[in-house]
Amino acid sequence: MAIVAQKPESLLDVTTHYCPGCGHGVVHRLVAEVIDEFGIRETTIGVSPVGCSILAYNYLDIDFAEAIHGRAPAIATGIKRMHPDKIVFTYQGDGDLISIGGNEILHAANRGEKITVIFINNAIYGMTGGQMAPTTIPGQKTTTTPLGRSVEREGPPIRVVELLNTLQAPSFLARVSTHDAKNIMKAKKAIRKAFQMQIEGKGFSLVEVLSNCTTNWKLEPATANRWIAENMLEFFPLGTVRE
Amino acid sequence: MGKVLMKGNEALAEAAIRAGVDGFFAYPITPQNEVGEYLSLHLPEAGGVFVQAESELGAINMVFGAAAAGKRAMTSSSGPGISLKQEGISTLAGAEMPCVIVNMTRGGPGLGNIAPAQSDYFQATKGGGHGDYHCIVLAPSTIQELVDFMFEAFPLAEKWRLPVMILGDGALGQMMEPVDFRGRERLADSRKQPEWALTGAKGRKPHLVKSLFLHGDDLYHFNLRQQEKWEKIQAEEPKLELVAMEDADYAIAAFGSMGRIAGSVIDLARAEGIKLGLIRPLTLWPFPNKAIAELVGDGTLLQRILTVEMNLGQMVEDVRLAVNGKIPVDFFGSPGGRVPMPEEVLAELHKIIG
Repeated sequence: MAIVAQKPESLLDVTTHYCPGCGHGVVHRLVAEVIDEFGIRETTIGVSPVGCSILAYNYLDIDFAEAIHGRAPAIATGIKRMHPDKIVFTYQGDGDLISIGGNEILHAANRGEKITVIFINNAIYGMTGGQMAPTTIPGQKTTTTPLGRSVEREGPPIRVVELLNTLQAPSFLARVSTHDAKNIMKAKKAIRKAFQMQIEGKGFSLVEVLSNCTTNWKLEPATANRWIAENMLEFFPLGTVRE
Repeated sequence: MGKVLMKGNEALAEAAIRAGVDGFFAYPITPQNEVGEYLSLHLPEAGGVFVQAESELGAINMVFGAAAAGKRAMTSSSGPGISLKQEGISTLAGAEMPCVIVNMTRGGPGLGNIAPAQSDYFQATKGGGHGDYHCIVLAPSTIQELVDFMFEAFPLAEKWRLPVMILGDGALGQMMEPVDFRGRERLADSRKQPEWALTGAKGRKPHLVKSLFLHGDDLYHFNLRQQEKWEKIQAEEPKLELVAMEDADYAIAAFGSMGRIAGSVIDLARAEGIKLGLIRPLTLWPFPNKAIAELVGDGTLLQRILTVEMNLGQMVEDVRLAVNGKIPVDFFGSPGGRVPMPEEVLAELHKIIG
């Protein structure tokens, strides 16, 4: 019998700490599949953020640095500049990447650092228990916007891909989603393309991945994925804006 | 090249190149801008990497990445910039990453001014950022010493897996002096790749550089291991310079630029027949407690120490701990970026000894 699907070599055979149904598991797998497909497990160095995915190093079988909050692109810069022949990527959440780490991502992108950024946008702070994120959508209730995010008071959500698209240096910018199988396949293609850009030495690449937070959205997984389709896509249009 | 006349900041930068720095990452701030300016041209020529970071936070975290990559990484800043780096410095210590950090101290608090000061002593020696940690702190008083310490800094950082801070000040950075680089060519890739470095998990288990210890007593045991390391550093690494202490009744204790000015006070006092000596710590952490304690042991001549600093009294606390009440320790400070004249210090000494 032919094997048609199996665990990627770069993904460790362990139980994750993520909540049941969380999108991080899916995206970790996609990253691992891409690393396997390019045969770069032994030359790839990851940088994990502060947030739920800080422990990404427990699940991917590669070298890792753990960043302090928001600084993963700066740490990745230090690694890549010292090892230009290695593949360096960061894996960051929305608070890490565009709230506390807004400056680091902006300037790493503008320098055209030859790194890849996997940016998980779940519109909320997961690890700290559901506070407003820079990508929380208008009207969305969080523990610090208990009546819903007010555009007048908190501003509208930040669109990272569009923001970075104003810069000249990035080589690849795309937004994808994980809310259904078809979109997960597209997410895989975008992540693959982003790593390919780096392998070819073409400069900064970023994939924004819309993902659920079942626990803090207080929705069971299937409903949470529908919530992405019904609520997030309006503010975060999918597609590749730079290639 | 024989002795050359160089500005302190540029001499430091040249020494960093020769000491084998692989990556220099910094954000401009006065009075240390010449360090980065010099390295932006000359470090790439020598095969290294210069990045002007987007911020002090960016700079210290690039240092973290480069250090984690197993390379010699360095940053330089002053007062407010060093404050901004503190979370990163704490994390470098927490992840046991060797690196070199230079503080050409300016007057504080806040934006203060850009004149020479020593008011970052507490920040440099007591941790500075959050959590239990120390950096090794070196305090040069001449440009030659600044250069010499630059050569010691990376080996020290690598030996102990800790950040090493060179605590200078605006005067040291801005003045010019002859400096000798003879016999010190750039060390190119002479260092063995550290066994923990992030280089890609080729034919080995993955390496992980981190400062998070979530499970059980892991952090407790990590901290205790750090304490053991500190004890070894305190036993092996303290350094100080003693000048004219053999017959001294009185001593000035001072570090860095102030230690150099104090040298002139010794001459003035000796000309008046006052037997004055100088105690100048070269390492501020580990502080040379033992050597200072020996100066005030049973049967010693020393009657009184005047600690002089360009701040409101910081190192004096460590001098008092070392002396442990055996003799009086007085303090004279000149804060706000004001460098005192030797005559002022002598006048202060007269007041104390009557």
